[in-house]
Formats: sequence, C-alpha cells, structure tokens
Amino acid sequence: MAASSQTGMSITLEFSGGAELLFGKVKKHHISLDESTTAWTIKKLLIWVKDNLLKERPELFLQGETVRPGILVLVNDADWELLGELEYEIKENDNIVFISTLHGG
Amino acid sequence: MDAHTSSTCDMDELVELRRNLEEKSLEVDRLRQKLKLYEEHDKRHKAMLDCELINDNNLHTIPHLSVISKLENSSIARHSRQLILPEIGVKGQISIANTSVLIVGAGGLGCPSAIYLAAAGIGRLGIVDYDEVELSNLHRQVLHTEDRIGIEKSASVTTAIKGLNSSVVCIPYHMSLNSSNAIQVIQQYDIVLDCTDNVATRYLLNDACVLTGKPLVSGSALRFEGQVTVYNTQDGPCYRCLFPIPPPPETVTNCSDGGVLGVVPGIIGCIQALETLKIASGIGASYCQKLLVFDGIDGTFRTIKLRSKKKNCVVCSENPTITQLIDYEQFCGSKATDKSKTVKLLSNENRISVENYANIVKEKHYHVLVDVRTPCEMDICQLPNTINIPITEVGKNNDNMHKLKTAIDKLTDQVQTVPVYVVCRLGNDSQSAVQILQEMLSDLPVTIKDIRGGLVQWAKKIDPEFPQY
Repeated sequence: MAASSQTGMSITLEFSGGAELLFGKVKKHHISLDESTTAWTIKKLLIWVKDNLLKERPELFLQGETVRPGILVLVNDADWELLGELEYEIKENDNIVFISTLHGG
Repeated sequence: MDAHTSSTCDMDELVELRRNLEEKSLEVDRLRQKLKLYEEHDKRHKAMLDCELINDNNLHTIPHLSVISKLENSSIARHSRQLILPEIGVKGQISIANTSVLIVGAGGLGCPSAIYLAAAGIGRLGIVDYDEVELSNLHRQVLHTEDRIGIEKSASVTTAIKGLNSSVVCIPYHMSLNSSNAIQVIQQYDIVLDCTDNVATRYLLNDACVLTGKPLVSGSALRFEGQVTVYNTQDGPCYRCLFPIPPPPETVTNCSDGGVLGVVPGIIGCIQALETLKIASGIGASYCQKLLVFDGIDGTFRTIKLRSKKKNCVVCSENPTITQLIDYEQFCGSKATDKSKTVKLLSNENRISVENYANIVKEKHYHVLVDVRTPCEMDICQLPNTINIPITEVGKNNDNMHKLKTAIDKLTDQVQTVPVYVVCRLGNDSQSAVQILQEMLSDLPVTIKDIRGGLVQWAKKIDPEFPQY
C-alpha cells in the first residue's frame, strides 16, 4: 500500500456548505489515488469517495453516479461544467471542491 | 360586655378594611401602570404603521419614485464621502437615487442590505416579508428591536430605514410572494435582492426576474458560512442554469435546525448591498457568473468562476419552456417558508403525549429516556435521567448505545418489558430514532415509543419554566 500511494497521484478534496458533515466534519482531505490502468475521472473519484471517505448517508451526497442536485463541483476554483464534469481527467495536485449550496437567510 | 365585644369587632373590621383598601389601591396602581404600558405600546405600534402596509389587496397603490436629474444640497452634504469617489461621482449618485430595489426577506440578510442601501441614498426600497418579529430573530436580524417584537418585519425595517434616511421611499409588503403576485411586485423595481430562507422562493424569484429582465442579487447563509452570486445580468447565468433540479428536501437545512452566527448573514447581506450599489451606479456587479464562498470559521473568502448561461436553460435560454411562473412549492417538494415542519413516521401506538410522559415520571414508573439531540443542544436544556444518543449515532456500535443496553438490562429484573421513550426538540428525529431502535433492539424485552412534539411541547404543556430554543 505504502509503495503504491507513493507512486499514486496526490490531490486535495474539500467539502463545504455542510457537505463536510458527511465526511466526519473534516473540510480538507489530502488523498492519494493509486496508479491505475484507466484514467482517474471524477466519475471514478466519486466511487472512491463513497467507498473510502463518506462516513454516512450517501444519499445526501450522491444520486446515481453523480453528485446530488444542489452540490457544485469545482476543479481548481472553476465550475466542473467548464471542464467536462464526470469525464474530467484528474491531474496531480488538483484541488477538487464540493460545495453544498446554502438556502438560509 | 356587649359594647366591648362590638367595639373589638369594629377594631378588627377597621384594620381589615384598611388593609383591604390598601391592597385595592395598590391593585389600581398596578392596573393603571399596565394600562399606560399597553397604551404606549399601542401608540408606538400605530406610529410605526404610519406607513401603509402593502398586501395582495392594495398591490397597485405603491408610491412612484420621482426621477431626479440633479442633487440637492442636503444630498450632496449627506453623501459627500461617497460622492468624491470617482467611480461613483455625481452621475453615479443620481443613478443610485433613481433606482428602485426590492428586498425579499426582512431577516438576517435583508436587514443589513436594507440599511446600507438606505444609507447610500437608494431612491426606493420595497421590503417583502410575511412574518412578524420574534425574540429569536434579534441576534441576526439587527434592524428589529425588543419593543417591535410581534410587529410585522416589513414595517419594522421601514421604521429603522426612516430613522436613518427619511428621503428613501420605503414600501413594506406584509405578504409572501407567490406565482400569482411576484411579477406584479417585481415589475415595479430595477434590482431584486434574494434574502429569503427557502428553496421554493429562490426558484420563484429567479424565474420572475428572468421573465421581467431584472438582475437578482442572491445571498444565503447558514452556520458560519455564506454564499453570494448575482444572476441574470451582464449576460451571466440564472439560478436554474446552475441548479436545473432543486435539491432533495431532506438535504436542505434551515437556520432553526442548523444554527447561524448572526454576523455571518450580516457580512453576506452587506456584500449584497455593495453589489446592488455597483449595479445601480453603473459600475457593474463582480459576482456575475461567479460564486463567493465565505467561511467564517477559516476566515476565507473564495471566488469561484461559474459556468456561463446554459444553452438549453428552461427559463433563460432563447427557447424557454417556462414562460410563466409555476407552482414552486410543488416543483421543490417543500414549503415557501423556513419553518420547521412536523413529520409523522410512527403510528399512534408507537407514540405517547407529553402529558402521559409527565404522569410516568410523577408515578415513578420504571422506564428509560433517550434524548437524540446533539450534545450542544443537551447543554441548553434536558430532562432528568436522560441517556443522550445523538440522532446520527443511533443504531451504531458506540458507547451511548452500550449505555442504553445496560440501562435496559438493569430494569429487566423489575419489569417484564422495559418502556423506552425517545425525545428530541420537535418530535421529528425521535420518530426516526424509534424506527431504528425498534429494529435494532428487537431481541430485547422492550417497547420503544417517541414523545410526541418533543421538548417544545413539554415546555408548552407541562413545564413553562423549561427553556425553548
């Protein structure tokens, strides 16, 4: 494991707007993705997140293979829609942020 | 002898009479004071309602804004510090004075944005809110005051604005916006501020602003976080371009469940006012096609570039499928308020009333009480002899669940089946907890019920001294 995580890809995941409550109240996660024959897309990352990081009630974060309505996904501070959404290929040191939109006032 | 007795009697009677009279005159004083207080309150209320409240019946009567082309001396003196900013100048100040702004929601976001817009000399300010001021509003809705508790929020904000800048034409709408009145209201304004607290009204405002071509300055806040985006202007996206599908209702948290630190909506409301003034003066908005994310715990402001207008957006694209307002409560599956709703997950035989539970305590019947609120809420108030298992921990393998099983174990010597009662603040989470516990503890000799209406009902019906939050 240790060897593969050294050769793997390091990225940062952040959760905000209350999404962090589903991840043990931790907002920032430095993770390492194992080397893989197929590219790490966000689609693949979401499955990894569900299996490895998500602490409770996956239905509050995911719906089908994507994030639930009301969560914005940003890659390096830009809307993932500008980058191909689920198909975006993750690169070393990427910063991926999941923001649950707020409605209170 | 008789005379003596009768005179003693008279003396007693006299003392009694004097005491009685004194008591009555004290009572009269008390009543007078009370009357005076009520009369003053009534007078203040009437003075506040000097402005006519607008509702569905008199929507057409709102005062027009008279357009100005030069600044009066009093206006020059008042706004001198912003007038000398080259970005504003006389031209910008005249534009601000000729702008009509509608603020929807006179709460944590609406209060700060309203007062800064009024201070800056906005021409006309409409304030929409269906609610009245409550004590629990004052920590964040800072234009309301203790003596205005119970008064319409829109009237309360109008009073505060008149006190700061009497030249602003302020119009209080005591009503909720819905698909039958929103267009008529919004049409009368140049810029709309979304200071609301619920998803349904956010979609309603978006669609109404797209249909009438008004910029929408949208803010939101919860806990220590806030977000700002300006929609539907400078060719940027609308709310639906970003969020074509509303969030599932169970993923939406309101301020009364999630909590909010008052200054956080304060900061967000001020940024909404700033963006509005930039649009009004011709500078233009910064948060068009951008999202500002403020995190008050980390002390960070982060600006995110958002997608552009969606080519197939159902409302703002060239071929929209929504050309008039729809039923937004139905579309979102949630009400157009942020009031906590009561759910009914359990049948009546799985619930008991607060009165019945009070009896159980009074008659010292063996039982176990479980409170499923957070430890933070337990610190505010709790009933005696409670086992705390926060709702997120119920049914998991942890110390609290172990404590519950031990408590049940201890009682099995005393009773055949051990009654377990589950309580929370409002009686919603307690029902989910009962469902989980009934399944999990099915091999134990227990009956598990929830206390209907929770601690709020306990305070209302059993113990008026019990804190409510």
